[in-house]
Amino acid sequence: MALVEVKNVRKTYRREAEELTVLDGLSLEIAEGDFVALMGPSGSGKTTLLNLIGGVDQPSSGDVVVGGTRLTGLRGKQLARWRARNIGYIFQLYNLIPVLTALQNVELPLLLVKMSGKERRERARHALDIVGLEDRLKHFPRQLSGGQEQRVAIARAVVSDPTVLLADEPTGDLDRKAGADILTLLDRLNKEFKKTIVMVTHDPTAAERAHRRLHLDKGVLSNGPS
Amino acid sequence: MPIPISYNVRNVIQRPWSTLATTIGIALVVAILIGAFALASGFQAALVETGSDSNAMVLRTGADSEISSGISLDAAHILKALPDVAPGPDGRPLVSADMVVLMNQPRLGQEGSSNVTVRGIDPPSLALRPRVKLVAGRMFAPGSDEVIVAQRIARRFAHCGIGDRLRFGQRDFTVVGQFTAGGSGFDSEVWGDNAVLMPALNREGAYQSVTFRMRDPSRFAELKRRLESDRRLGVEVRTERAWYAGQSRLMSTVLRAGGILITLIMAVGAIFGAMNTMYAAVGQRTREIAVLLTLGFTPGAVMRAFLFESVFPALIGGALGCLIALPINGVTTSTTNWSSFSEIAFAFRVTPAGMIAGLIFAAIMGAFGGFLPARQAARQSLAMTLRAG
Ligand SMILES: Nc1ncnc2c1ncn2[C@@H]1O[C@H](COP(=O)(O)OP(=O)(O)O)[C@@H](O)[C@H]1O
Ligand SMILES: [Mg+2]
Repeated sequence: MALVEVKNVRKTYRREAEELTVLDGLSLEIAEGDFVALMGPSGSGKTTLLNLIGGVDQPSSGDVVVGGTRLTGLRGKQLARWRARNIGYIFQLYNLIPVLTALQNVELPLLLVKMSGKERRERARHALDIVGLEDRLKHFPRQLSGGQEQRVAIARAVVSDPTVLLADEPTGDLDRKAGADILTLLDRLNKEFKKTIVMVTHDPTAAERAHRRLHLDKGVLSNGPS
Repeated sequence: MPIPISYNVRNVIQRPWSTLATTIGIALVVAILIGAFALASGFQAALVETGSDSNAMVLRTGADSEISSGISLDAAHILKALPDVAPGPDGRPLVSADMVVLMNQPRLGQEGSSNVTVRGIDPPSLALRPRVKLVAGRMFAPGSDEVIVAQRIARRFAHCGIGDRLRFGQRDFTVVGQFTAGGSGFDSEVWGDNAVLMPALNREGAYQSVTFRMRDPSRFAELKRRLESDRRLGVEVRTERAWYAGQSRLMSTVLRAGGILITLIMAVGAIFGAMNTMYAAVGQRTREIAVLLTLGFTPGAVMRAFLFESVFPALIGGALGCLIALPINGVTTSTTNWSSFSEIAFAFRVTPAGMIAGLIFAAIMGAFGGFLPARQAARQSLAMTLRAG
């Protein structure tokens, strides 16, 4: 059984009188340990799909099952708890909390599981170690470069050892060199730590790093050249 | 699964000016609340301290003021002869059967007249009530047409200087002395010999109250039970202190309620200030809130975090309000405007209870101001905000 199963999902947004269909009967399976690149023009529904897999949004119809859990059956608090344990989110704009240090940002998801303060700090430090920022623990986000901020964000996404990593244009706001570093890091998380990754990207060279490339256009998925 | 407090504290520090404005607003409201409570407490204390715990005060059953009370001459005789009455330094029992009556007297410096309390006493009264001290002239001679007046009365009413004559009923009384009573209720009275005043005022049938020093104040409960069950007497017994505490209750309640009313009106402003600050904070941090929710913090946790961000500076404001209010402790109020209750001077009393009430009120203001913005933060749609920007 696939780790992520999207079954015949429809997602419509209602804007005043008119109804906008973003995803129209979309189905998708992602195996454990896979690294999928999701491409497509702007406005084609990539973020929407990622949000459905991440339990941040609910489909209008159809089912989303991740790691055996049917997300469409969960509500509010249950869904929040499920996200905390199963999803690591990486955003285009990093979205670190500005008033917290790198270490505190990475500790944040661990506050949601039962853990001693000491263990929490150790695990956060270890995650920052993996992304190569062991010497930036006490830095605030504004004291870091974009690439470093994104690496902190990745440490935050993996620190609680989630089932799936969802990355929404993680290199979209970075220069070529920093972007390449981030991709190398994601690649390593996939190979070395067996993380399942779904990455939205516009950049064909970024998509090259994935095992599978999917194209989303007008609500329909197609396999890209692999 | 709480959001760490340091996150909120740092966010509060990030906006020092709006936080300062909120804090000072709340500090002022709390200072006024504590001030009003200090006024009420001071008033209450002045009256309560009129009475002593060592004195027992006897009134007719059900009487809620001395004026409406009555103790028959026979009952007064029985009470005066009780073995429970302590003797004074001269060996005579420390007991006074008082006649109390309101007399209308012309005021000084303004038109009209108002009521003065006239108290006819037994000679041991001064020893019985040590707070009452002669400050000018001398004590009235027993059996004479002489009276002493409270100094504070002398300032407000005509004919109260030493040597002046006051007319009560059909007789003139000469003022021979002035006394103070330490800001207590006695500071509003004229005292004379009950043996002379009662016939002069046609009040020979009964006294209003009997007060005596107890030989053993620790046995008050037993004394009370014994006297109150005595059919011949028909009286109620309290300690003098409890009696005056009861007398102060209405007025201090009115003062407190007035203070609360003014405070509430001002609090509306402070709450809107806090609300404004918090709406701005939530507006600026929609993306950050979305991230917290995405990570798996519950809407409840987000709501509590933002409530804390509002309550925390409010509590600091409350503490500041306590500091602002503290110096008024001990300041004596001018009493000239308070004609409704005859001339009681008293000092503001800032009490720990008043300060705790101020702190609690500050927290409540913070919570009220923060509630709607915090709820907005907790309810924001996740998918929508993550996409924006
Ligand atoms: N909350 C919303 N309300 C209305 N329309 C929305 C909403 N969210 C997304 N959309 C629309 O859905 C479409 C897909 O959006 P999105 O998934 O963000 O696309 P992508 O990430 O591929 O650029 C867009 O046309 C967008 O305007
Ligand atoms: Mg997008």
